[in-house]
Amino acid sequence: MTTSTLPRRTALFESHQRLGGRIVDFHGWELPVQYESIIKEHDAVRDRCGLFDVSHMGQIFATGPGALEFLQKVNANDIARINPGRSAYSHLPNERGGVVDDVIVSCLAKGRYLVVVNAATSDKDFAWFLKQAKGFDVALDNKSDDYGMISVQGPKAAPLIELMAPAAARLPRMGALELELYGTPCVVTRTGYTGEDGVEFIVPNHIVVRLWEDLIAQGQSFGVAPCGLGARDVLRLEAGYLLYGQDIDESHTTYEAGCGWLVKLDKGEFIGRSALAAQKKDGVKRRLAGVKLLERGVPRHGAPVLLDGRQAGVLCSATYSPSLQAGIGVGYLDRPDPVPGTKCAVSLRGREVPAEVVEVPFYRSPHLKKGA
Amino acid sequence: MFDAKTLKYQQSHEWCAADGTVGISDHAQKEITDVVFVEPPKVGRKVKRGEACAVVESVKAAFDIYAPVSGEIVAANAEAAKAPEIVNREPYGKGWLFKIKASAPDEMSALMDSAAYEKFLASEAAHGSH
Repeated sequence: MTTSTLPRRTALFESHQRLGGRIVDFHGWELPVQYESIIKEHDAVRDRCGLFDVSHMGQIFATGPGALEFLQKVNANDIARINPGRSAYSHLPNERGGVVDDVIVSCLAKGRYLVVVNAATSDKDFAWFLKQAKGFDVALDNKSDDYGMISVQGPKAAPLIELMAPAAARLPRMGALELELYGTPCVVTRTGYTGEDGVEFIVPNHIVVRLWEDLIAQGQSFGVAPCGLGARDVLRLEAGYLLYGQDIDESHTTYEAGCGWLVKLDKGEFIGRSALAAQKKDGVKRRLAGVKLLERGVPRHGAPVLLDGRQAGVLCSATYSPSLQAGIGVGYLDRPDPVPGTKCAVSLRGREVPAEVVEVPFYRSPHLKKGA
Repeated sequence: MFDAKTLKYQQSHEWCAADGTVGISDHAQKEITDVVFVEPPKVGRKVKRGEACAVVESVKAAFDIYAPVSGEIVAANAEAAKAPEIVNREPYGKGWLFKIKASAPDEMSALMDSAAYEKFLASEAAHGSH
């Protein structure tokens, strides 16, 4: 683990520079915000296929006879329902029902799990895990510094992956697989952060560049494009995915964030269960809602949302949506009840722009089969 | 289409033609990238040099556009408001933003010519301000 405050670089840093990526500091990591254009990269993922370097994300392995029991304690989702070869989205609650992190838990085999955590929270999460693991027969291994991660997203992701790793192309949505790439053990999951089909390759650092270059070379005929953090943020917001630290944090609960579906109160005791159970019974006092501008304008983080002329909250994530060709955002509104279609306004640079509450996700890919 | 070489510039990256037409430089459109919203000033508005009088927004951020000279806004580019991507495509042509009838024409001579602006960009790049 690094103690330096210098920005960290992924194994792909030089590849990004060669491809003309505009490098920014993202939570201490030097990563490309874009190569040529956020909108072009967004469109590549919606129409064809995009590659993302997400090597900044963290990987914590939990192994041993007590791994399941331990993960049940720290997760709001029911980890017992994740069969070997499957993944699930989950929140790590604190005692108050706030969110320590949002994660993808994959069951690689019985008693062997991989938790993919956010970059900025990986050290915090690992410390939290170690603290909570006392008394459990589980080995925790933070491999965040050893692994890189490449996300391949879009309707053409599957045929591209078919060329590289046929077994990965056969994975079902939210499937997980251990396989060898270039003779090196890796993990592939059928997951993503874009609202399109795709896979995420979790591979040791020494083969990341090779995998990236092969994906770009093999992807030429599919119109593959390297994509930066800018496109990633727009795609994830359109698809209704939360950004930890911006949309959720330790002081907002999973119910307030609109992710009540993942809280499995019936699975037995877990951290934050009583707080979440109480909130479910009493109802939330604020809720994350989606807002779409009805006139031209680009909403920003922090923009006030007005309901009946009164400020009901502020937007925590907001952007221009190329798919909807409108400004969109999510924010906690202190009225948890506004139904989609409710008229509101977003204050932008002193101007009140008409808007309405809409369902999240803002965008559903026509390429994904219903229920997939 | 204006010839970038004949235009005057200010440090906030607006260009100004001899007839008072104002836009953003090619460097600025590249930095801003993906313009998705343009809010030009109202025709008839009186502006002072350096006053924020228009907004250009990209997917990620909003940028104020400052009047390079004082005067009255005599035209605003409705096309750019309708199809903002033309600011990226033709920053010195169809992507112009507004036109000022200068009230103090000597302000124009205080602006940088294209060689001075190029030099300014080079020094900015050297200082790593982006």
